[in-house]
Amino acid sequence: MKPSPHPPTAPTKRPLSGRAFAWLCGGALGFNLLLVIGQLALIAWNGLSYFWPHDLVEFVRVDGTRRLGEVHARERFRPDGHDATLELPWRVQVKGANRELTGTDFEWLDVRDVARSSTPANAIHVERLEWGNFHGYLGEVRRGDEVLASGGAAWPALEALIERKHEARAAIAELEQGDFGDVNYELEQLRLAPQRREIDADQARQDASFVELSERIAALRTALDAETAHFITADGRESVQTVGAIVHALRPNELATLARLMIWAKRLLAFLVDEPRESNTEGGIFPALFGTVLMVFLMSVAVVPLGVLAALYLREYARQGLLVRIVRIAVNNLAGVPSIVFGVFGLGFFVYGIGGTIDQLFYAEALPQPTFGTGGILWAALTLALLTVPVVIVATEEGLAAVPRAVREGSMALGATKFETTWRVVLPAAAPGMLTGVILAIARAAGEVAPLMIVGMVKLAPALPVDHHAPFVHLDRKFMHLGFHIFDVGFQSPNVEATKPLVFATALVLLVLVVAMNLVAIRLRNRLRQRYASSAV
Amino acid sequence: MTPTTPPLQADDTILAVDALRLFYGDSPALHGVTLAIPRRQITAFIGPSGCGKSTLLRCFNRMNDLVDGVRIEGDVRFEGRSILGAALDVNLLRKRIGMVFQKSNPFPKSIYENVAYGPRVHGTTRTGELDSIVERSLKSAALWDEVKDRLRASALGLSGGQQQRLCIARAIAVQPEVILLDEPCSALDPVATAKIEDLMLELKKDYTLVIVTHNMQQASRVSDRTAFLYMGTLVEYGRTDELFVKPREKQTEDYITGRFG
Repeated sequence: MKPSPHPPTAPTKRPLSGRAFAWLCGGALGFNLLLVIGQLALIAWNGLSYFWPHDLVEFVRVDGTRRLGEVHARERFRPDGHDATLELPWRVQVKGANRELTGTDFEWLDVRDVARSSTPANAIHVERLEWGNFHGYLGEVRRGDEVLASGGAAWPALEALIERKHEARAAIAELEQGDFGDVNYELEQLRLAPQRREIDADQARQDASFVELSERIAALRTALDAETAHFITADGRESVQTVGAIVHALRPNELATLARLMIWAKRLLAFLVDEPRESNTEGGIFPALFGTVLMVFLMSVAVVPLGVLAALYLREYARQGLLVRIVRIAVNNLAGVPSIVFGVFGLGFFVYGIGGTIDQLFYAEALPQPTFGTGGILWAALTLALLTVPVVIVATEEGLAAVPRAVREGSMALGATKFETTWRVVLPAAAPGMLTGVILAIARAAGEVAPLMIVGMVKLAPALPVDHHAPFVHLDRKFMHLGFHIFDVGFQSPNVEATKPLVFATALVLLVLVVAMNLVAIRLRNRLRQRYASSAV
Repeated sequence: MTPTTPPLQADDTILAVDALRLFYGDSPALHGVTLAIPRRQITAFIGPSGCGKSTLLRCFNRMNDLVDGVRIEGDVRFEGRSILGAALDVNLLRKRIGMVFQKSNPFPKSIYENVAYGPRVHGTTRTGELDSIVERSLKSAALWDEVKDRLRASALGLSGGQQQRLCIARAIAVQPEVILLDEPCSALDPVATAKIEDLMLELKKDYTLVIVTHNMQQASRVSDRTAFLYMGTLVEYGRTDELFVKPREKQTEDYITGRFG
């Protein structure tokens, strides 16, 4: 038998095999994963290493001058007139402190100029309320002219004193924000209600407590600032620091890894729960964190009913025709409108329109000072709700469409009305789909910054939108937001290099926050899915 | 089949169809059907696909209302009163005339909630009352022993046959007078089918059953009366034992002997 030139079992050669395409797809996925993981790792590393207590290194230059600071970076560089045959020399970037003395935080040191370097155990890192950090060596601790401790005893004395000052500062803060704030609040209420009868007596009483509290606070402040710590900087200058203005002091060089880890955790926690200082370049981010969470929460509360009801009408009640198709396309396109456009709309409609009207009707006594007629957390949340409502509508519609017709008929056949069927059977079965929409809306809203800048977000809010004055939640107040905080800290501060790690740390917090809020929603969705064990969405 | 099938008398009629014509848009689906369905018996509608038997069944509880563009002429009377008028409370009608569908359609809820759904919708809220309704209905549907330990589990975890019996229990729970069954066994295996058939014979004591089926053995096994529909026309209607043994019409004979359809 003559063998055929092409045996039937021979595979045919094709230009693009399926295997190559599978590799291409896998490669694309791998690349995406790499990008995500790389991004997370970069942000996490840069953000988290900021809180680590680094060694304080004292460099002694050849000319005898000294510099104390943390090693921030190390690189080879090309000096002027460098001989190309020779290896490039190293230089180190030192992150110093003592801004009020030196003027700069960062300095490049040519390694060839450095005679020696050491990590002296008694080098102290001081975190201050003002002027940033301080690096130096402790001489003595004084109250006025009286020397409380000096030499070896000075450091333990300072540590103990700082601990006491924490309590003193907390006591002052409580007075200022608590009682003093209450009096101020009452006075403001009185000013705004001139028609009230008992005003004179009330006014007098509040004025008296105002004076009394002011005096108490002043006395506490004087006591707070009584002690001073006398330092000597690496370059031999004397510097006097008020102990009351010191947040933390530590001797990083003598710390073991475990102790450093604890300080790292403490600093991280403080970052999350403290108020910002020095126009946001230091301290914590708590108001921004709180503002973001509250704003997203309010947004969800507003967007869910709006989106779900709209989707219900579109899918369950409206006659499917040209008009509904147009509406659906318009809703989908609404999701693509640039967010700043929503911001402008929010400003015009919510802030000036609705807010201005509310002010005229209910807060006329405060005018021309606006209450709701200016940006606030409520308007910001509603603006973002408008921004995210298409997402919720689309996801809910998909959830509704996935509920089988047979199930609806089963309910109608039992004598249930259309509303009962929708309410008791269709909506619960579509709930996972709705939650998918909410998840997407939260993810979008939490990261949105541009529209918020014109409807109530501020660089520094004087008070949280929630406090102990009735009605406890003040939706008219301005708020801080992590997204804007990142921009403000990273690009609007005088010392961008020094705040760079804060940008990463804040970005990490924002990221974790969005992921956490999504996880909560996803958990809820999974529980609903289990409960209804529905194949829908 | 059952030799004791009584002759149809006027006062035994629960559902009467009178010259019923139905159009989907412009195309007619039923051309003037007239028949009477006896109380507490099983009436089967047989015929090839598209003959209008399901459409006829859905006229009894006005499920055709849910389809756009349906037009109906003629009359359907339930207990002597027309049910096609606009003034009729459709939800009350559907409470009195329950329905079980071709494909089991339990709600994505627990077994208990599925059965309690109808009573809840019609205003029963007391837990004790609901409990007893659920138990009674599941027992009537011969499902109680299989599910009594997992009433709170999802109904979607049941097997196909169990789901269909759950749908029957759900229909029974509102205490209807008539139960319409639209090919209730077409998605089930023979064992599950047998269980449903036994159940139907049991339910006949209290309810009027109307079943649409493709399965002629099933019709001959369970029904007292059989109607053969073809192309939207009622070809023959009579006692099942007579229709299957000695059909009057040639078309009926051809169909039941498997010569077409």
